[in-house]
Amino acid sequence: MKRRQWLNDDQFLAALEIGETVPGLISTNVSVIVGNRLRGVRGSIAAAIGMMLPGAIAVFVLGLLYARFRSNTEVKAVLTGASAAAVGLILAVTLQIGHREISKWLDLAILIPTFILVGMLHISLLATLVMIAPIAIWIHRPDRAALTDYHARQAAYHAQLAAHHTAAATASGSQIERAS
Amino acid sequence: MNKLSGLINVFALLSILAVGGGTAVLPQMKHEVVSQHRWLSANQFADIYSLGQIAPGPNMNMVTVIGYRVAGLPGALLVLLAFYLPSCTLAFAVSKIWDHFEGSPWRDAVQRGMAPITVGLMLAGVYALGRTATFNLDHSTRHNLTTVMITLIVTLILLRWRINPALLILVGGAVGWFTLRVM
Repeated sequence: MKRRQWLNDDQFLAALEIGETVPGLISTNVSVIVGNRLRGVRGSIAAAIGMMLPGAIAVFVLGLLYARFRSNTEVKAVLTGASAAAVGLILAVTLQIGHREISKWLDLAILIPTFILVGMLHISLLATLVMIAPIAIWIHRPDRAALTDYHARQAAYHAQLAAHHTAAATASGSQIERAS
Repeated sequence: MNKLSGLINVFALLSILAVGGGTAVLPQMKHEVVSQHRWLSANQFADIYSLGQIAPGPNMNMVTVIGYRVAGLPGALLVLLAFYLPSCTLAFAVSKIWDHFEGSPWRDAVQRGMAPITVGLMLAGVYALGRTATFNLDHSTRHNLTTVMITLIVTLILLRWRINPALLILVGGAVGWFTLRVM
């Protein structure tokens, strides 16, 4: 993306941030957002398809081979080793993404119940999120100072915007007077 | 028809619940596919997941294989659509309004609050898959010892060095072939 100069760093980071916050696969989310920036809705559709279709076809072919050969003992042994390695891969990714959360008590108080509810008790993901997300967000709620500061900045921005509009209106008004 | 609607129900819901990526929905996906609907066995699910790690592109593309095994080609296509369309649409919509909340303290609170939930769900995903693929009570001690070693060594290598993960999955497969095929 950098090479083709489609986006600058800030635009890419914003897309990445949205892609990570919104549910779904981060890579496809980001491709939808970037596609939209470049070519609108059609761009996002093209980007999403480009992101997932080649891999989907590849895994589909692997899946067909799997269906054909899975009862073969040698193939079974290979898949057993590959699956164990895949667990190692997601464990490593989880530790890399979560090292900050795992070392903070406040975050562990959210992390551990989530793990137990979904991983061990098989409570549905929807029910878990509805119960835990509000508590988690409430724990990190902004303090009063941050909120008043934010509202003050918003108000100042809107006042500036309004002033700008009135100035522009008077300027164009006087121009019209002069023209007539 | 019944199977197709079942597939859509399961995967469309998982699509919008995937906070922080695909691994977060892995435990629920395994539970629905293996225990609830009995579309696949736990071992088949783990095998198909590792196929997804070898193939290029998003690893959750392996949902097409699940769809295919349940309901043939229509199943594969429908699952792909059901799993990607809802979350892609949501990402599209949120990217339109995101700047509106620029600098809002609440946006920050949502992001920081969701982070530990995401990590907890990912660990649940590791646990769900690990119980089948790494430490399985149905397997012999020697078998479990081998798979635990493979998992731990791959984890340590990936934490220490930047290596293409698909390569390590293939190496894991080779180790499996050498050590486990005679049983």
